[in-house]
Amino acid sequence: MSEPQPADDWADADSDEQWDLCVYVTDSSPKGQRAIENLRRACEEHLAGRYQIEVVDVLKNPRRAAADQILAAPTVVRRLPKPIRKLVGDLSDSDRLLIGLEIRRSGNQP
Amino acid sequence: MDSTVLTSLTAGAVGPNLEKALTGIPGLDQITGGGLPQGRVTLVAGSAGAGKTLLGLNFLVAGARQYGEPGVLMTFEEPAAKVALNVRSLGFDIDELVRTGQLAVLAFQVDPSEIVAAGEFDFEPIFAILDDAIRQVGAKRVLLDTIEVIFGAFGDDAIVRSELIRLVRWLDDRGVTVVLTGERGNSGDNGLTRHGIEEYVTDCVIVLDHRVTAEISTRRLRVVKYRGSAHGTNEYPFLISERGFTVLPITSVALDYEASEERVSTGIPRLDHMLGGGLFRGSTLMVSGTAGTGKTSLGAHVLNSACARGEHALMVLLEESPDQVLRNMRSLGLDLRPWVEAGLLRIWAARPSAFGLETHLAILAELIEEEKPSVTVLDGIASLSHGVVTPEVTSIVARQIDLLKSRGITSVITALGQEEDVSAVSVSAMVDTWLQLRNIEANGERNRLLFVLESRGTAHSNQVREFVLTDHGIELLDVYIGAAGVLAGSARVTQQATERDEELRIAEELARRRRELHRSVIEREAHLAATQDQLDADRSEINRIDLREGHQDADTEADRSEMAARRWADAAPHNGETR
Repeated sequence: MSEPQPADDWADADSDEQWDLCVYVTDSSPKGQRAIENLRRACEEHLAGRYQIEVVDVLKNPRRAAADQILAAPTVVRRLPKPIRKLVGDLSDSDRLLIGLEIRRSGNQP
Repeated sequence: MDSTVLTSLTAGAVGPNLEKALTGIPGLDQITGGGLPQGRVTLVAGSAGAGKTLLGLNFLVAGARQYGEPGVLMTFEEPAAKVALNVRSLGFDIDELVRTGQLAVLAFQVDPSEIVAAGEFDFEPIFAILDDAIRQVGAKRVLLDTIEVIFGAFGDDAIVRSELIRLVRWLDDRGVTVVLTGERGNSGDNGLTRHGIEEYVTDCVIVLDHRVTAEISTRRLRVVKYRGSAHGTNEYPFLISERGFTVLPITSVALDYEASEERVSTGIPRLDHMLGGGLFRGSTLMVSGTAGTGKTSLGAHVLNSACARGEHALMVLLEESPDQVLRNMRSLGLDLRPWVEAGLLRIWAARPSAFGLETHLAILAELIEEEKPSVTVLDGIASLSHGVVTPEVTSIVARQIDLLKSRGITSVITALGQEEDVSAVSVSAMVDTWLQLRNIEANGERNRLLFVLESRGTAHSNQVREFVLTDHGIELLDVYIGAAGVLAGSARVTQQATERDEELRIAEELARRRRELHRSVIEREAHLAATQDQLDADRSEINRIDLREGHQDADTEADRSEMAARRWADAAPHNGETR
């Protein structure tokens, strides 16, 4: 886990990379609100100034959800940087959030 | 007949209050007494490749096209474009239905490696997306093609399970008729599906099976559960072909075929005569016999005769190719090709081993549906058994006969084998007429004899006929019964020659005798004439004598008087002689 990987180069390189995130929620469900809050907090902490979050209400935009292959809510999609990542749940587990979206790599970064 | 082979489904079996949605799948609507429970959820379970998706799509497409019920397809298996492509070969134009607003396609691909679960979630988007699509096309039918893939992909199966239950209930409440497909678990599992989703579906469960026995695959369908409705409980064979999905119900245990009084010709006048005027329309003729006895030729005559009457005919070959048969029949002066070209005759050939038994049956059903023949020949049916007669073979042959009878199709079934073998297939009880062709060997040659073993409802000839294949078709000839038994072939010809000689001899003898008698008559007539002449001559002689005698008496008297007178005058000598 702790030994340096070639991916460390990538971790350095992405320091000025733009993050494009989209979170799909159902209306104002508590789970959705929690997910939005958790995501914003993590982004502010790790990606300050180089991220944007779109919030899509699947009840209002079901066709958008279908086109984006969204089955569960809340779902966060990392559209940029590539490749696309999907994270499902209210993101209450912040470790899973950071690792799942690869905001932070497996615990070897501060 | 084994009661497991034939099961009856009557109209009364359908619950009066249960509305049903027709699937448009031939056979399935019959088994279920009218389709799937309307407004409810039906689970179609089966292993990969068993035909679950196809059944569901058939249900959707039929709804949109035939029953004015638009549908929504939500698939988790393939991209939409691929779904459309896959079923186009089955004649389903999904794109067209989508364009005309009769169908909405929602394709999802769930890649577990792409999804990370981080906390609580629900499947509200599925509800929202489905709801929107249902509204959009005014859907009455929904197919969820293997929604089970969401198990495992989201980490927390407890949530998946409860959400799925909620989805099924929600769909029930929506009043749409839903088909849910489910993957069959390993045989070790207790449930019908890998994730036990049958537990949530309470109304109707259909299981599809795809078995491979003796390297032959067989598809079967079974309705495991149908709440509030009677349904056929057997395993029914089904077929996936270019026309879609066909289930083959086992019908008519009631044996309520209509018995026609109409006779149809076999195309062999003397055979018609032997059978009392031909075959009854809708009856089944079995022709059994060893190889090369002319069974196929007999069948071909029946077909030819039907086509000549302008009727549609079907020939199913299990031993030969259509070209082979066409060529062989042409050598008998029986050209079937024009009928094929005119679209009256359809010849379909398949090796018995090409498909499972059920598939053969299903194909027959489909061919009948397509061609609507009035006469059908099943050639080489015993080869289905590969020489081993199993209850399955008996069952299939019985069902094939049953199918033909139920459609009122006059059929000819040819079976290789002698009497005992064929009765082992034990379909003899189901056929109306049973002809047997037998080779007899004598005087260094083989000849064919035709026996009528059975012919129901017909005063039939119990005589044996010699069956001759000529270049102008089949001919039946009388056989000669000699001291050594039945004579056929050259023995018959010899016998015929002997009889001809004998006839000639008798004719000559008679002519001779006639001549003799003629001569005798003439002689006797001549003799008679001569005798008559003599008789006449004698008679006239007698007359003459009589006459002369009278004169003499008178003369004598006169003489005496004269003498006396003379004596008075002078004494004349007493002698009348001198005058």
